Amino acid sequence: MARLTIDDLKRMRDAAAPTLTLRTGTARARITVHMGTCGIAAGARDVMAALLREIESQGISDVIVAASGCAGLCSQEPMATVEVRSMAPVKYANLTPERMSAVLQQHVLRGEIVAEFALGAGCETTG
Amino acid sequence: MAHRSHVLVCAGTGCVSCGSFQLGMALEREIQKHRLDAEVQVVRTGCQGFCAEGPVLIVQPDEVFYCGLKEKDVPLLVQEHLLKGRPVSKLMYMPPAAAAPVPTLSRIPFFAKQKLVVLRNRGLIDPERIEDYIARDGYSALARALTEMTADQIIQEIKLSGLRGRGGGGFPAGIKWATCRQAALHRSVEPILVCNADEGDPGAFMDRSIIESDPHAVIEGMIIGARAIGASQGFVYIRHEYPIARERLGKALVQARECGLLGQDILGTNFSFDIEIVQGAGAFVCGESTALMASLEGRVGEPRAKYIHTVEYGYKNQPTNLNNVETWANVPLIINRGAEWFASMGTGEVAENPWNGSSGTKVFSLVGKVNNTGLIEVPMGMSLREIIFDIGGGIPHGRRFKAVQTGGPSGGCLPESLLDMPVDFDSLTAAGSMMGSGGMIVMDDHTCMVDVARYFIAFLTEESCGKCTPCREGLRCSLDVLQRICDGTGEDGDLDLLEEMGGVMQDACLCALGTSAPNPVLSTLRYFRGEYEAHIRERRCPGGVCQALIHYEIVAEACDGCHACVNVCATGAITGQVKYLHLLNQDLCIKCGACIEACKRDAILRV
Repeated sequence: MARLTIDDLKRMRDAAAPTLTLRTGTARARITVHMGTCGIAAGARDVMAALLREIESQGISDVIVAASGCAGLCSQEPMATVEVRSMAPVKYANLTPERMSAVLQQHVLRGEIVAEFALGAGCETTG
Repeated sequence: MAHRSHVLVCAGTGCVSCGSFQLGMALEREIQKHRLDAEVQVVRTGCQGFCAEGPVLIVQPDEVFYCGLKEKDVPLLVQEHLLKGRPVSKLMYMPPAAAAPVPTLSRIPFFAKQKLVVLRNRGLIDPERIEDYIARDGYSALARALTEMTADQIIQEIKLSGLRGRGGGGFPAGIKWATCRQAALHRSVEPILVCNADEGDPGAFMDRSIIESDPHAVIEGMIIGARAIGASQGFVYIRHEYPIARERLGKALVQARECGLLGQDILGTNFSFDIEIVQGAGAFVCGESTALMASLEGRVGEPRAKYIHTVEYGYKNQPTNLNNVETWANVPLIINRGAEWFASMGTGEVAENPWNGSSGTKVFSLVGKVNNTGLIEVPMGMSLREIIFDIGGGIPHGRRFKAVQTGGPSGGCLPESLLDMPVDFDSLTAAGSMMGSGGMIVMDDHTCMVDVARYFIAFLTEESCGKCTPCREGLRCSLDVLQRICDGTGEDGDLDLLEEMGGVMQDACLCALGTSAPNPVLSTLRYFRGEYEAHIRERRCPGGVCQALIHYEIVAEACDGCHACVNVCATGAITGQVKYLHLLNQDLCIKCGACIEACKRDAILRV
């Protein structure tokens, strides 16, 4: 990557926005699997692998899959946050590969929240 | 005149990066144009929790929520809603048709009571992508610090914010930076910057998680610090046992270097600074400033007396500024949003003197006998009760709260009567504990406080470097006495001896590991003295933990002779025929507790 100037920083910020907020991009949904040490110890890698496998086998191309850090509630890892365009983000807890693919089918593809595995909707409060 | 309506524009990080500041200014211009400024006020709030659809705003008192706004929507919004009182439905949030019964995070106390400042990007960005960090306004504080502020202005901003060191000591960061800069200028020696990521407290994982979820925040804070202090070389001293944190930090450093945010001529401003990762070898004492610096130099990690401060003579006798991971991660936000904003969170009036209070937030790892174990961030001054019962969700299995241990092994145990105490640096110290780096271990009524003190003293005895006599011998001797009490052979006078030894260690030890080491003993003696006395005088362990002082009994009325306990008893201590009352032979029992777990009728008691 080239050395940045201050103007580049602003440009990069605007350019990266579509991958972080769905509003400006073309993707239908963004799934963030929380991969802190706690998440990985609880099986987040299996969840992530299952998710990628499902997405590939079904030929889904408009879903962003991202990794991120611990979501804070370590006792209920593995967790994932599912954001579908124009819907509040939903955090899922205590996931397994099977549950993750159920969430993909029902929430991401059909737009129905899987209430059984959902922890809550919305984002956390930042300062 | 009071305003009839408030427009609450979200100024959380997410919305700011979608342009909420520009939106707010456009709103104000438009409101002015319609001469509504005496009636309608625009307020910038913290994150409203719907970052995906930002920028968002709420019009009060109508409680109308608008999202995904652009500047071009402003004239319509102001004219229709604010002037004519007709909410604009096409700009409102449309919930999906089939509303599922899922609570919003703001209704789940674990999330609702937290305020994310240091952890603002947790769970949102990919820590391995610098683009993600930049998209959330990352490195914009650095750009500001390098182009718009002098070194003195940066230090002044940190001083006014009241930021105190998050590693445990709570020393005001601004004062430390200023002293280090002074020392370097005075001696014409290059100062050194160090980030302490040698987090060693049992049950603590704040710093690990900050680095794992947002490594660039720490790096950005350090570059700003380097600019303020005048350093060109920095280190992150991180423990060997944190492989993921180390890997992510390493990747982040490479990315920052490639982008010209580290190294020579940062952002084209002629300022140069670079950071190197140094791995600790797993010694607890290396989290102590002088021991850490000895270890950095490649010597044995032992502390030295600190009548000469490390800010003057630290790493290789150069002025060295050491701050902890969380402290560094706070810096970019203070530069971006101002000291006043930071000081508005927490307790006390810190602008005049940072020692007057505790500003900002604190990250805690909440562990032990609590329902929601995890990593939390709350404003300073929140009560222990809110943290443990609202955020932590209380004690599992309907048991009673007994104590909370704050500050790691050198912290103290606080009882139920102090649950309403605000959590800040000075209140905790006054209560005989300390903030430490932010570990918080909750204990229920099945915990023996003597055993807890014994555990922590045993940990510290192992980790004492042995350089100074009060720490080396004091800890060993305290451990012997505590072990004796747990074994049921404690004597009158033991408690006085523990107190006396604790006092000597507080006075005479070389470093903070030693001076704070008696805290677990002294605080449990202060708040749970009766429990020590029960061990010594009545040979009884009220928590039912100390093996020598407990035995198991079968309750005749409850036993239905199901034989489950007989099957699991490893020593054959329990005998009896199926469907008849079973008997327990105390001489054979090794008190392993397997029978209690196996019994479905609660017919076995631990007394």
